[in-house]
Amino acid sequence: MSVPQPEDGTPILELRGVDKSFGAIQVLHGVDLKVYPGKVTALVGDNGAGKSTLIKSIAGIHPIDGGQILFDGKPVDISGPRDSAALGIEVVYQDLALADNLDVVQNMFLGRERKRGILLDEASMEQAARDTLAKLSVRTLKSVRQLVSSLSGGQRQTVAIAKAVLWESKVVILDEPTAALGVAQTRQVLDLVRRLADTGHAVVFISHNMVDVFEVADRVAALYLGRIAADVPISTVDRPQVIELITAGRSGDLGIAPAVAEGVI
Amino acid sequence: MTTSTTTAAQPGGAAPAGFENDRAEDSVAGVARSYLNKIKGGDLGALPAIFGIVALTLLFFALRPETFLKPINIANLLVQAAPITLLAMGLVFVLLLGDIDLSAGVVSGVCAAVMAQLLAEQGAPWYVAVLGAVVAGALIGLLTGLLVALIGIPSFVVTLALFLGFQGVTLWIIGQGGTVPVRDSTIRALTNDFMPVGLGWGLAVATIVVYAAIQLNRWRVQKARGLARSPLAVVVARIAVIAVVVLGVTAILSVDRALSAAIELKGIPYAVPLVIVLLLLLTFVLGRTSFGRHVYAVGGNAEAARRAGINVTKIRVLVFVISSSMAAVSGIVAAARLSSVTAASGGGNTLLYAVGAAVIGGTSLFGGRGRVRDAVLGGLVVAIIANGLGLLGVEAYLNFIITGGVLLLAASVDALARRRAAATGH
Repeated sequence: MSVPQPEDGTPILELRGVDKSFGAIQVLHGVDLKVYPGKVTALVGDNGAGKSTLIKSIAGIHPIDGGQILFDGKPVDISGPRDSAALGIEVVYQDLALADNLDVVQNMFLGRERKRGILLDEASMEQAARDTLAKLSVRTLKSVRQLVSSLSGGQRQTVAIAKAVLWESKVVILDEPTAALGVAQTRQVLDLVRRLADTGHAVVFISHNMVDVFEVADRVAALYLGRIAADVPISTVDRPQVIELITAGRSGDLGIAPAVAEGVI
Repeated sequence: MTTSTTTAAQPGGAAPAGFENDRAEDSVAGVARSYLNKIKGGDLGALPAIFGIVALTLLFFALRPETFLKPINIANLLVQAAPITLLAMGLVFVLLLGDIDLSAGVVSGVCAAVMAQLLAEQGAPWYVAVLGAVVAGALIGLLTGLLVALIGIPSFVVTLALFLGFQGVTLWIIGQGGTVPVRDSTIRALTNDFMPVGLGWGLAVATIVVYAAIQLNRWRVQKARGLARSPLAVVVARIAVIAVVVLGVTAILSVDRALSAAIELKGIPYAVPLVIVLLLLLTFVLGRTSFGRHVYAVGGNAEAARRAGINVTKIRVLVFVISSSMAAVSGIVAAARLSSVTAASGGGNTLLYAVGAAVIGGTSLFGGRGRVRDAVLGGLVVAIIANGLGLLGVEAYLNFIITGGVLLLAASVDALARRRAAATGH
């Protein structure tokens, strides 16, 4: 019954034939990936498939060896974290990167504080933080002046994501945002991921949890041993197929050619 | 209808959250509740220090009623607290990063020796000598900071090595004789001269007015722009407490405290306004500038700070520069108090007193938590202990044991508070 969805517009971020090696070990082999604005792209793959390397390449932490990255249709050169941030790519890492001893506003503006003269402009930062959270319909925070140390895992994840949104980013990459969360908190974060896409952001969502992936994603990209096995609308695949793509690199007529998948090259 | 809409967004009925409660003013009861929660969560703030000041005052007053609370002793005590407090203020910055500066005490000695030699040997005017001492402190801090931040040696090891090394430097600067007298009247005035009573009152009132104006204006802006804020009653109460303390101390110090009727001895020692000015300046730096914000961030989560684009190396170097510069100021005040600099200046328990002051005041040894005012409150506690034990005439061995015990107690409170904070999710 699956109707192929139209590929609406140009992808905001596109990877073409991206290679990455660490010494003698090639981790990414000719990776092609398209990320669309207003869509959640789930990036799935087994441990060691190259998911982390891929997002770190996009973030500029591990600059690519070969291939091309296109942003808004134009080839770009990402050689450091500042390059990707300047383009509007924000990465929310698994280990969060929030300072516990600072409050929500202080964390959201960390390193990019607004100032009036030499004074911090607390009023304007507090308002902007609150507006951003309100725009994302975050209702789980009591106050934006709460210390992050008093927040639950889900609330922290919310703050980390809102921080990425605050900077008018176009692409938000979330590294396993639901990994350590309970049911209710996962719910909150998934809702937020959805709203992120609905407000026009291109979202890359890394997860091991197929329930989450099928709940929130519009597209799914499966990595297998550093190669993209599939990059398709999620409505064209079902859960067993995605699991097959993750574990074997192919499923039916989708995926990598058998010889490649078996490592014969 | 049942399966195909799983990825649909939440229905449009969800109105955007506006944080209405957060915009409204908290009630007094609400503030009290969240303060209690904070304490239960292990963040004791200034409580241990205030408790310490009150308890120790009562204790020593009970033991030495005829001397301890006399104006002359209170003036003494404040002058005694000044160098400890100044040293501790700088240490707060280093402790906020979770680092330690074991060399701060002897650096105060080196800088005091630089000042004394500039005065005695070079005949330099006092401001040149003071500037020389502070610049020496800043350079030493730069060296320490670079060794810690750039080379990556743990601060404990770097400053332990410098602790030994700089004792040698002090010896070398002081040279044969072992003592350089400080005769400059301006510098000696810091601790041996007193402000005219009228000026003291004027300054006290001005301090209160400026503090009240800043607090009330901030509250007004927060209210006008719908920001989170404390109730007006709490803001006013805070101003009232500060006013009572400032006016009370001024009143005590304005009484003639001379032991003989022939001379008049009254007014605030100049070291007190020096401490207050630096307290305000450094509090401003920590609380209202992005540098201060970054110091807290690096102390709370250095990796998060790095990813946020903060230059962690620069912050780390700068806190050591601040620490050593404040050590220089502390050394100058200590030299004024003793009217001389010796080879032992800044040695002994100088550093331990200062670390103790910061920790007793509420600054964490684990980094990320602390304020400049902690140094003032803790400095008072340490000075009260030293002063009180002096009045009691306890033997030297007891003095060491008691002071060490108090430091251990403060560190235990800090560690337990941290454990409690971890357990309660604060």
